[in-house]
Amino acid sequence: MDRAAIIGVGTTKIEKSKVGETFADMAWEAVNKALSDAGMTIDDIDNVVTTSSDFWDGRTISCMAVGDASGAAHKNVSCVEGDGTYGAFYGMTRSLSGSYKTTLVTGHSKGSQSVSSLITNSAFDSIYERALGMDMVTACAMQARSYMHRTKTTPEQLALVSVKNHGNALKNPLSQLPMKITVKDVLESEMIADPLHKLDCSPISDGCAAVIIAHESVAAKFQQKPVWIKGVSFCADSFFFGDRDLSRAKALTEAAKKVYAMAGIKNPKKEIDVAEIYDAFTYQELMWLEEMGLVDDAMAGKLLEKGEFNIDGRLPVNASGGLLSGHPVIAAGLYSMAAVVRQIRGDAGGFQVKKAKTGLVHGVNGLGGQSHCVFILDQDK
Amino acid sequence: MAKRVAIVGTGQTFHKSHRPDVNGQELINEAVLRALDDADLKMKDIDAIVIGNMDHFEGINYVDCWSVDGSGGTMKPIIKLTTGGTTGCTVAIGGYHLVGSGMFDRVLIIGWEKNSESDTTGAITTAFDPVWDRLVFAGAISGLAAEAQAYIARYGASERDGARVSVRDRKHAMNNPHAQLRKEVSLEEVLASPMLADPIHLLDVCPRSDGACAVIMASEDVAEKICPKPDWIWGTAARHSYSYLGDADYGRLTSMREGSQELWKKAGIKEPRKELDVIELYQPYSFGGLIWIEDMGIVGPGEAPRYIWDGNTDMGGELPINPSGGVIATNPIGATGLIRCAEAAMQVMGKAEERQVPDVNFAFSSGFGGCWWTDMILHGKKKPK
Amino acid sequence: MSDQFQGIEPMVYKSKINVPYSWWAGDTASKFYLTLRDEKKITGTKCAACNKVFLPPRKVCPSCFTENTQWVNISDEGTVITFTVARRQFAAIPHDRKVPVIWGLIKLDGADTAMLHYLDEIKPENVKIGMRVKAVFSEGRKGNIRDISHFKPV
Repeated sequence: MDRAAIIGVGTTKIEKSKVGETFADMAWEAVNKALSDAGMTIDDIDNVVTTSSDFWDGRTISCMAVGDASGAAHKNVSCVEGDGTYGAFYGMTRSLSGSYKTTLVTGHSKGSQSVSSLITNSAFDSIYERALGMDMVTACAMQARSYMHRTKTTPEQLALVSVKNHGNALKNPLSQLPMKITVKDVLESEMIADPLHKLDCSPISDGCAAVIIAHESVAAKFQQKPVWIKGVSFCADSFFFGDRDLSRAKALTEAAKKVYAMAGIKNPKKEIDVAEIYDAFTYQELMWLEEMGLVDDAMAGKLLEKGEFNIDGRLPVNASGGLLSGHPVIAAGLYSMAAVVRQIRGDAGGFQVKKAKTGLVHGVNGLGGQSHCVFILDQDK
Repeated sequence: MAKRVAIVGTGQTFHKSHRPDVNGQELINEAVLRALDDADLKMKDIDAIVIGNMDHFEGINYVDCWSVDGSGGTMKPIIKLTTGGTTGCTVAIGGYHLVGSGMFDRVLIIGWEKNSESDTTGAITTAFDPVWDRLVFAGAISGLAAEAQAYIARYGASERDGARVSVRDRKHAMNNPHAQLRKEVSLEEVLASPMLADPIHLLDVCPRSDGACAVIMASEDVAEKICPKPDWIWGTAARHSYSYLGDADYGRLTSMREGSQELWKKAGIKEPRKELDVIELYQPYSFGGLIWIEDMGIVGPGEAPRYIWDGNTDMGGELPINPSGGVIATNPIGATGLIRCAEAAMQVMGKAEERQVPDVNFAFSSGFGGCWWTDMILHGKKKPK
Repeated sequence: MSDQFQGIEPMVYKSKINVPYSWWAGDTASKFYLTLRDEKKITGTKCAACNKVFLPPRKVCPSCFTENTQWVNISDEGTVITFTVARRQFAAIPHDRKVPVIWGLIKLDGADTAMLHYLDEIKPENVKIGMRVKAVFSEGRKGNIRDISHFKPV
């Protein structure tokens, strides 16, 4: 397979409510930032993939809102509905299939314009489950309980994820919630759905991110040193919660296995330098780390306490502040991707980690992490 | 190295106005099983799945995740693409890139819709901008009526010209056991049917349907082992040119013109009228069948009515259009574009049974939707260079 | 935001989309719900190839991809696999249920998969993973998942 690289990234600030901006305004900002970052004009872009959700946007054909602002009016364009990592995956295939050399991928969401409980309740099966009134928060709370029961991970360990990530956000001017908090603050915050407190949960935010993915034949032509996609894989678990072992993420384990093989990684614990992992809720950072083999089973909480995942730790996780510090759904995976790209370039400013040659980007789709997408990015081809 | 891509199998449900006997997943499963059967493959042979529908027609969020029992996506890579009415073609194009990139050898593509589960017009209206367009927009038909009016004013066409297209497609549907509406209509019946929005009569437009379609694409490394005479994808194009209703050039489909010009250039087609053998056009209403084949470059502006009245687009004519009966006979919106692709593939592969056009070398399929958007695919019997 | 908008207050246009739905349950779910409504019995389908019993019942086995034609009775008693308690009155929670609301994933005896439903007649702090519960059927049953009112401790 030919290689592709990320040659430009652009992200808006993540905010609780961008009241003065429409979807198109956010896309305009992110796209222009990405073009400027890459040293490209819109004419250098061969085709566009937007990522959006009809549900979160409250409009069917949600991609219509951002097409023009993304420069797609007279170009080939498509739309992925799912996390930004899935959009980036599709954009990558379009740069590799022979039709196009450069693909602009955007992802957006305005959480401030949605009633998230009703939107995520619609992910439940309408015939057997929806009427019970669960949503993403209660679904993930149920999974957190299951994970904690199996691995004996404690509420204090969960809280520590929040402390770390909000603290990391202090160094990231684009994040929504930089905060200096303690474990006690998290445990005393309002209990939303057992066992998740308010500070265990990410906010639902507004934001738009864009990345530019190029075929290897043109990747070095522009302003930035290319950040290479050495591997990508995604996989979905069963849909009904009752069909799954909620304390495990089989699909993530499978996707991780495939992506390590694709990238030639034999020992992920040693070979991954930096990671941005989908932390919509605190327990998820720990659970996904274990399920993707970056940490031994049931050990993530303990290693977190030892400081292993701090910015100056063995494996910095969510140095950008993660989604806990700002979570525009759908765009999320592209923010994570932009953060890892910046790390690898040495361009992450305040939250730059010391060693960043190989990075991992992770995104999630569906309830309780049903579907996962993992990228391995590298300085070298 | 990018790979050449071919369609090696297709399957679709027998489309109906409503299917009370199955829920959405079960409907999807029917099409998937038929496509696997057509390609003589098992679910374990599929490397990835692309699925699409229009969310607001069924009210299901994260459809890729929800569908896995029916689509076969459990423990596989599955991704959802959605672009409104063009979705069916968009997912086919998606499969093409997934295989063409070299990532996957065999990709299953699914388009589906259970339009009977919701208020179609209510859902379509949410596509348009809530501040500028939504309050004055009255569903798809009003927009199409504006286009038809503009074309009639510009080129002197008439309601009869539109009706002739309906008569053609409804006749073609008689050869297609999968079509929903299988009853011929006469010119007089079309013109006498209730006026919905001037000049569109009831029998000028598509029904709404429950249906699913599945197509399997494979890379050149394995395609001919699966299917000795597969349908090669020669090229794709898409233009989603407009966001606001007032932006469009009414009476001309700019997205079709731009997209097809790109496609002919890419594929080396100099005279589409001569070189195409069959067209499966996403034509949700009769007048589209006049306007859009001009924008495709089959005939010049204003020439379509004559071309069609002369029988050129009927079965047995120079360039048959919609041998399947097209969208006027069947319209499960998220599936419709993919059905066009599957029907074009069947024509190339010689699997179109009663509706087969003889000696098909090149076939064209398209998707239409959104704010005057068009997606399209060129299919060919020979392997592209 | 650029300078030309200085001093202009952003307008917020409030609106709601209203798209009502009626989902076809299909023959399989219909049979399940009619049995639930009329006989107060919980049933599932069994795959002839892998012998798995599915609740909710599936028309086609998701692993084997073959049609499940065999229906089996499932006990109305089972084990709690996991649970959560909503403390905030989320918008999705039906109006007749007030927080704290407890949902459980319950593996009924005879089924290989678990089902989601409410746990009630128990204080949230007393719910334990592994506890045994039993279905309580609603008085007025209409052929939907709330024909079971909740599961109570055994």
